[in-house]
Amino acid sequence: MGSQGGFGQSKEFLELVKSIGESRSKSEEDRIILREIETLKRRIVEPDIPKRKMKEYIIRLVYVEMLGHDASFGYIQAVKMTHDDSLLLKRTGYLAVTLFLNEDHDLIILIVNTIQKDLKSDNYLVVCAALGAVCRLINEETIPAVLPQVVELLGHQKEAVRKKAVMALHRFYQKSPSTVSHLISNFRKKLCDSDPGVMGATLCPLFDLVTVDVKSYKDLVVSFVSILKQVVERRLPKSYDYHQMPAPFIQIKLLKILGLLGNGDKHASEQMYTVLGDLMRKCDASTNIGNAILYECICCISSIYPNPKLLEAAAEVISKFLKSDNHNLKYMGIDALGRLIKLSPDAAEQHQLAVIDCLEDPDDTLKRKTFELLQKMTKSSNVEVIVDRMIDYMISINDFHYKTEIASRCVELAEQFAPSNHWFILTMNKVFEHAGDLVNIKVAHNLMRLIAEGFGEDDDTADSQLRSSAVESYLRIVTEPKLPSAFLQVICWVLGEYGTADGKYSASYITGKLCDIAEAYSSDETVKAYAITALMKIYAIEIAAGRRLDILPECQTLIEELAASHSTDLQQRAYELQAVVGLDARAIESAMPSDASCEDIEIDVTLPFLDSFVQQSLHNGAQPYIPEDERSRAIDISNFSNQGHRESSTHGLKFEAYEMPKLPVPSRPPPPVSHVSTELVSIPEPSYSRETQFSPTNPPVSSSDAELKLRLDGVQKKWGKPTYPSTSSSSSGYSSSPANGASQMESAATSTSTSRPGETYKDLKKAEVEISPEKQKLAASLFGGSTRSEKRIGTTTHRASKGGGHSTEKSSVLKPSAASTTKANIPPQPLPDLLDLGEPARLSMVAPLTDPFMQLEGLLDQKESGSSGTCAVTDGSNKEPDIVSLYSDLHMDEQSSQSTLNPLAPSESNSSNLRRTISGGLAQATKGPNLKEALEKDALVRQVGVNPTTQNPNLFKDLLG
Amino acid sequence: MIHFVLLVSRQGKVRLTKWYSPYSQKERTKVIRELTGLILTRGPKLCNFVEWRGYRVVYKRYASLYFCMCIDQDDNELEVLEIIHHYVETLDRYFGSVCELDLIFNFHKAYYILDELLLAGELQEPSKKIVARLIAGQDSLVEAAKEEANSISNIIAQATK
Repeated sequence: MGSQGGFGQSKEFLELVKSIGESRSKSEEDRIILREIETLKRRIVEPDIPKRKMKEYIIRLVYVEMLGHDASFGYIQAVKMTHDDSLLLKRTGYLAVTLFLNEDHDLIILIVNTIQKDLKSDNYLVVCAALGAVCRLINEETIPAVLPQVVELLGHQKEAVRKKAVMALHRFYQKSPSTVSHLISNFRKKLCDSDPGVMGATLCPLFDLVTVDVKSYKDLVVSFVSILKQVVERRLPKSYDYHQMPAPFIQIKLLKILGLLGNGDKHASEQMYTVLGDLMRKCDASTNIGNAILYECICCISSIYPNPKLLEAAAEVISKFLKSDNHNLKYMGIDALGRLIKLSPDAAEQHQLAVIDCLEDPDDTLKRKTFELLQKMTKSSNVEVIVDRMIDYMISINDFHYKTEIASRCVELAEQFAPSNHWFILTMNKVFEHAGDLVNIKVAHNLMRLIAEGFGEDDDTADSQLRSSAVESYLRIVTEPKLPSAFLQVICWVLGEYGTADGKYSASYITGKLCDIAEAYSSDETVKAYAITALMKIYAIEIAAGRRLDILPECQTLIEELAASHSTDLQQRAYELQAVVGLDARAIESAMPSDASCEDIEIDVTLPFLDSFVQQSLHNGAQPYIPEDERSRAIDISNFSNQGHRESSTHGLKFEAYEMPKLPVPSRPPPPVSHVSTELVSIPEPSYSRETQFSPTNPPVSSSDAELKLRLDGVQKKWGKPTYPSTSSSSSGYSSSPANGASQMESAATSTSTSRPGETYKDLKKAEVEISPEKQKLAASLFGGSTRSEKRIGTTTHRASKGGGHSTEKSSVLKPSAASTTKANIPPQPLPDLLDLGEPARLSMVAPLTDPFMQLEGLLDQKESGSSGTCAVTDGSNKEPDIVSLYSDLHMDEQSSQSTLNPLAPSESNSSNLRRTISGGLAQATKGPNLKEALEKDALVRQVGVNPTTQNPNLFKDLLG
Repeated sequence: MIHFVLLVSRQGKVRLTKWYSPYSQKERTKVIRELTGLILTRGPKLCNFVEWRGYRVVYKRYASLYFCMCIDQDDNELEVLEIIHHYVETLDRYFGSVCELDLIFNFHKAYYILDELLLAGELQEPSKKIVARLIAGQDSLVEAAKEEANSISNIIAQATK
């Protein structure tokens, strides 16, 4: 056990951790850490630091780095530590480098050699440590250096090594698919590994592969289905069970892959139907993990070729999720509903009230998910309600990231489903007004184009109506303070183009407004540029129409001011304006034709009008133009091109060892060299050498100059030093049999039934009673369509109740049978997973014994012995609410059995080291049968000096307690 | 895929961080600041998920410690919630009724356990037993090494006497 022997660090380090624990502010913490950094900087460079000391320094560096400070001065020490022979130090070294370095760090190159060596180690723990580092540190450039060894390790006898090798290959695939493309078949092979852990790990790369290329993996559908079936039938070793579900994480991975494979493929999907049906039926909806699997099933069902029966089952699960009190389940339900409505659009209808509840929930996460769902449900009939809601929400939040997202969603929906031009303009105005700086500037450009081009149909009156309504609304909005830049740009542009088009507003009125904008936002050059160009357009239109030009004095001053601006762009615009104003009507007509913003400007990139000029220059002896790519090629050729080409093709680092040097006397092979330093000084080591083929003395250095090369291939050879004896005998409990396919998996598990009484949903009918009229209206407008709202209210509520009744009926049919099977199959002994006592079913299994230690604890800790309530309980010394009851919402109805929650006889506790504690008031008291440990820990802590009751009471609470 | 794992106390003190996607030290600090602000303020009965910069962060509170994992949009949130619980159970098994102090003083051990559980941002070992066995294997080696070191130093001490 880990900590019982003391924390194993020096006093100094404990002091540091303690003072960090007691610091009251971030700045105090920073001060402490800065002081620590100074100490470490000084210490770490001292000569001859004992290794154990150095190990602690490195752990302290990790600590410093973890708290967000820079520890780069010590990275090199961590790298050095990976070279150490002792696994203890090596492991620390690897831990530190994987935490310190990103894959693009310069020091990585120093570690590659060590990793290469360690991958060949005969101690599997060393190999594991190295593989862990491979996953984190090897980058695209260094993959070739370790790839062959990693592939070799796929056949290692230890399953832990095989598993990590698979993960490492997966990582390589993610980083650079081309380097491992020839090895992909290995993943298929490993799917049949005899160890379920390796098989499970293989699912990760296969998922990625299938995502990219579905077609070439269709043949695996049968295998995946059969694996899933075996898992569901509990034929994996019991140790893979998690909260009484058989290997749930593997199930979820498989379901994800099947969802991809069955997408739009009827044949493949048909193979899955049975196992999916089984899974949905058997899955235990009372645990969190069971719900995770159910959710994944729904995702799979909605992805594959639809099957009405499964869809029905999925809808049922969704309605359970939505009706749950648990927010997490509601969230998953909303998400699942969003997937399902693609296939059955009316699936949402029976849940409309639940959806609206979620929409009005104070929980932001839930709300956002619901908006996602609404977006998927949007039709032209309900777009107005939905977008209005979204905008209201957008205005209310401050999170820029999400504001941007929801703004662009609004724009997208409005563009797609807008019922009328007028509404569209108004909506866009609102979006721009509140999130103008956040939306992509393209949206602004789209809006301008839309106003210019109209909605596509050749209806000029509609278009001009759209424009004048836009102009009108903009003139109204422009007076408001602090509009975002993008919006002002749109306003200026539209006013310039169409401000005077319908004759409602005079040119001087519009120009006045434009001047106001330029003045009010004088720091924004883009807006000013838009404004002055708009002015120019209006003057041009006026002149072209033959009206007398009347430049307002304020416009005059603006133009003059901009003509003297520091920005050349603004200056140019101002001068152009002055020039345009001086032209006559005819010239303006051709220079700036009115309403020509939509006409394409044709550009001839060959610039034909320059041809004669070019000809003339050539004639006068100028050099002909050579395009850039030809020019560089020419230079290449003129250089010694061969070399250049070769270099570029072998670009990158070379990690293979140099070739063996050729010796003048072939019968005497040179000994491999272990260190560069020993290379030059020839040290005879005859007695140590284990390599028998060596000649006792080294050949003289001068005999071959090839020997002076740095040779990496000798590094892993062992010279005198003894390496680890193979330790596998002590810990290897099982030798793996040859991979014979997944069908050979042991069927260790007995076929205990998974089903447990499903939750009852008492509030099913409640919904009908308490619906407020506003909600009904909202529901009707969301789900029914605005035009028929009155009619719909009646029918929809009716339908909702019908749906509700239907599912109650179903669940009540289901329940008794499920309950009976559970009763019959209650295992003779409670399973070790008792941490999760929040779950009602498991709670009931635990016999209400009394724990002898509990009473002892009660004596020790008087003030906490009394209370034994549930989540609401807070203990006296503790100011904060106790959130120990993690599943509080689940175990509401189990209050009665919770008063004695610490049960299990001591004999049982020996078999499982898990502590069984739960409810709030008992948190402290229930260190359970490990009382001695707890006391020791407490004593140690007091010795360390952290005072539990005053400083940091939370430290002393068990995490799971 | 899991992008990072974060353990913070209720007061916002960092207890453990593990990054599976590249983040610079500066970004890390920012991420931690943003997330603690987001998560620590959430009420008790809300979802265990938050949206954050286009990712999902799944968190769960154990006593005064928050375990957070950042995942992609299309990952299964409930599953990740269970991965967190799985990790805590494994810690519990290792430390024997784990409490925050264990993690504070033995954070490197918490890292070793996490490394056996997650690799490259994916769950590598769903079986608690096997993780426990691997860690125990490593620890026994460590113990052996310690004893060896002690005996050597004893010999040296006696020789130099």
